[in-house]
Amino acid sequence: MSREEPERRARVILGQKERRVIITFFQTADAMQMEKVCRDKGIPGRLIPVPPAISAGCGMCWSAPPAARQALEDAMQSAGISCQGICEMEI
Amino acid sequence: MIYLDNAATTLMKPPAVPEAVLSAFGHLGNAGRGVNSAALDASRSLFSAREAVAELFHAARPQQVAFTLNVTQALNMAIQGLCAPGDRIVTTAADHNSVLRPCRMMRDQGAEVEIVPCDKQGCLDWQAMENLVGDGTRMLVMTQASNVTGNVYDIRRAAKLAHSRGALFVLDSAQSAGHIEINMEALGIDVLCFTGHKGLYGPQGTGGLCLRPGLEIRPVLSGGTGVQSYNPHQPPEMPTVLEAGTLNGPGIAGLEAGVRFVLEKGPETIGRRTAELADRFLVGVRKISGIILYGDFSSPRTSTISLNLADYDAASVSDALYENYGIATRAGAHCAPLMHEALGTKERGTVRFSFSWFTTEAEVDAAVKALTELASGQSA
Repeated sequence: MSREEPERRARVILGQKERRVIITFFQTADAMQMEKVCRDKGIPGRLIPVPPAISAGCGMCWSAPPAARQALEDAMQSAGISCQGICEMEI
Repeated sequence: MIYLDNAATTLMKPPAVPEAVLSAFGHLGNAGRGVNSAALDASRSLFSAREAVAELFHAARPQQVAFTLNVTQALNMAIQGLCAPGDRIVTTAADHNSVLRPCRMMRDQGAEVEIVPCDKQGCLDWQAMENLVGDGTRMLVMTQASNVTGNVYDIRRAAKLAHSRGALFVLDSAQSAGHIEINMEALGIDVLCFTGHKGLYGPQGTGGLCLRPGLEIRPVLSGGTGVQSYNPHQPPEMPTVLEAGTLNGPGIAGLEAGVRFVLEKGPETIGRRTAELADRFLVGVRKISGIILYGDFSSPRTSTISLNLADYDAASVSDALYENYGIATRAGAHCAPLMHEALGTKERGTVRFSFSWFTTEAEVDAAVKALTELASGQSA
């Protein structure tokens, strides 16, 4: 079974950080719409567990390369997706 | 994918479960809505499922089993339907938000809510429970097993305490049903709330509650029942009082198949099997430098194990396990905020592993190997 994502099965190296745009959502349904919109538009990124620096919750967020930020914001605006927050951070 | 998140939902089901769901389509009408063969088949199917659930939990009779969408709905019905503003409700720090939030909702409406604390291993403070469940307490509602640590609590003792103070004992069996033999009559459980899609191997969207006979409950929902149509109120008889609207017939048919699978194997046999897998996992991960295990490993447990790796946050470890090895776990707070406060994992969360009857030794070994490699910085 595999997940279909624009940016798939990245190799994760623990302790090795990279700068990412992180978008958090108020509810899972918004994250699902974000994934669908990004997949449809070919915008890179993938859903990851929310980093503890942002929240101690158990939800998911969209993680993407910083270069995609404008495309992500445009896509959210055109699709009417509301997010809880958007930031760039080392994760 | 190696699926080790069975405490969230069991992904692999006995073949009879999807077969029962599929067979329901084109076969089951609307239960209680007429005597045509389709409607009757639906009524018979529901009753057969009630019989299976009653047999599993030793409920007094099938009519004492009401179906809901999930255990959360069942717990809401029990807590809201049996308590009122001014009542004293006691729960525990080991409990899931499915218990804590309905209790807080009752507190917002004027009930008094007390929470029994846990220590840093997730063990209940029994002395505090003795003190908090005072005379006049309406309800002690708690989980049988922590969804974070896997620790199993002595519900016989809790039920006895509740009854000695004149309180009702309501059990959340979300993490224990199917893993542990639960005899609600012998244990003194007034209301047993269960979910269908975890240890009972049924579909999501199924669950319910078993009520002790004689216990009168106010319905949270009211509506069509197929009976007593000119009664302006929800009929008071079990299970109709808790089943407004059309039930999830195909889902409940699948749930029955799952419950009969559990009955055939026996909860103790299933629990022993998953405990062996958990022990195998524990033996492996205890050899890994930097592994931090959470919970009490000297008392009864389910197969759920929470851990962290060195000072990495749980989200990163869980992500690496999935992205690098295809191993599905759960990271974060697990909807049990007070347990995480007790364990000291509020900031980083934990990585949770949980096994099922269908988990293999090879999958457990693969998880141990993956954690070993991640710990050594030699990830695949």
